[in-house]
Amino acid sequence: MKALLQPHRIVMLAIAAAIVLWCVFTLRWDWLPKYLPLAVEGIWRTVWILAVTVVMGMALAIPLGLAQAVGPWYLAAPARVFCTVIRGTPLLLQLWLLYYGLGSLFPQIPWIRQSDLWPILRQAWPYAVLALTLSFAGYEGEVMRGAFKGVPKGQLEAAKAMGMPRWKILTRIWLPQAVHRALPTLGGETVLQLKATPLVATITVVDIYAVSSRVRQDTYIVYEPLLLLAVVYMVITGIIVLAFRALERRVPSRIA
Amino acid sequence: MELIGAAGAASTLDLLAYSPPGWGANLLRGLWNSILIAGGAFGLGLLIGIFGAYGKLYGGPVLRDLLAVYTTVVRAVPELVLILILYYAVTDAVNQALIAFGHERIQISGLAAGIVVLGFVQGAYATEVLRGAILAVPPGQIEAARAMGMPATLLARRITLPLMLSYAIPGLANLWLVATKDTALLAVVGFGELTQETRQAAGATKAYFTFFMAAGALYLTLSLVSTYLFARLERHARRGQPSVGGAR
Repeated sequence: MKALLQPHRIVMLAIAAAIVLWCVFTLRWDWLPKYLPLAVEGIWRTVWILAVTVVMGMALAIPLGLAQAVGPWYLAAPARVFCTVIRGTPLLLQLWLLYYGLGSLFPQIPWIRQSDLWPILRQAWPYAVLALTLSFAGYEGEVMRGAFKGVPKGQLEAAKAMGMPRWKILTRIWLPQAVHRALPTLGGETVLQLKATPLVATITVVDIYAVSSRVRQDTYIVYEPLLLLAVVYMVITGIIVLAFRALERRVPSRIA
Repeated sequence: MELIGAAGAASTLDLLAYSPPGWGANLLRGLWNSILIAGGAFGLGLLIGIFGAYGKLYGGPVLRDLLAVYTTVVRAVPELVLILILYYAVTDAVNQALIAFGHERIQISGLAAGIVVLGFVQGAYATEVLRGAILAVPPGQIEAARAMGMPATLLARRITLPLMLSYAIPGLANLWLVATKDTALLAVVGFGELTQETRQAAGATKAYFTFFMAAGALYLTLSLVSTYLFARLERHARRGQPSVGGAR
């Protein structure tokens, strides 16, 4: 609070407040009530896609990281190739490859068309979720590799000396310490993942970004929806940052 | 089965051939545009980053707070949204200015708009990278230069910037890779860079896998080559420094 009360900051806050008031009163917001239900739905879809892809991507990233850190070469090499390819190509390209590529391939295969999954595979969101999950897994696999390697050897040796089986060492000692180490990076990566979600609008998934594009096309109002969109993303970013900070604080760490 | 495979291979090569009816020339033109934009944006970002980092470290309280707002906002909002906002805003502002001075409206080229917009985004990240790198320069070096009576610009050019380079290059290499991949976002605004050209080629021929895989290979090659070059550059920047083998 004290930091905010320096004279120059009070002036800057006043200017910021004036800009916000100017935006509220002079820009056009009459479209807002009409599109509010759609916007809420869009925000929900953005958050939902983010949560699902982060959780599934993390589940993939742990084996990827383990394979690269300690795996035999026939597991480490494919994992490294996967991470390099994912990190070396744009997400938009991966998304379009899966959506247009698989989307044009699947209808030609009869047993897929006749299966019960077809109504789902005809929609766009499975491809969006798949692409974002693979992308998150690729980036996090690299992070987890470093995290697994960073756990002190003594911890693992102590666990082995206590007679813990390998699986238990992984779930009780190795993984928790690796995740704890990687937590600050994971927070940043989750924000990056949030910033990747608007790409799904390019394959017709109606997230909050798509809603703002629709407002722009329907009403020819350019800036207002985009400004609101930026604010929405900043709020979600703030929530993610705070959540990760709380998560980090749950595990006390010694600062040397 | 083999026949189909052979026919498939031949048609794939035909599709990717350099001259029409192949689409190779289009893909390569797209790649060249992507590299141009990425290079321009990276350069502009670096310029903003140097001034931003100095402003954040040595600037007055107002400048520092303004830069903090800039880096925070740009890093919290998706690039795609920023590109749209800036794309419309920059085009609008230039046209307003032109009309105010009694000129005709112009259509801003996608290349220029892309460079400015991505450069503005890159600048925020570069500011943070360079700020960290400048902080890593041993303070004694800068103090010694000041004690020798070096003026500020000479000090920056001869001491701070060369010394911080070895700390900044890993971060800058990452930024360059991000820049090459972010050019793909300009496809959404309809600019003919690699991803957009690929989508057109794929849409026209229905050979989605072929073209997207080919474009992926091009992007991947670009990434791998730049990673190698940056590694060499880092080794050059680190020359003369004691090696920290095993420490990291």
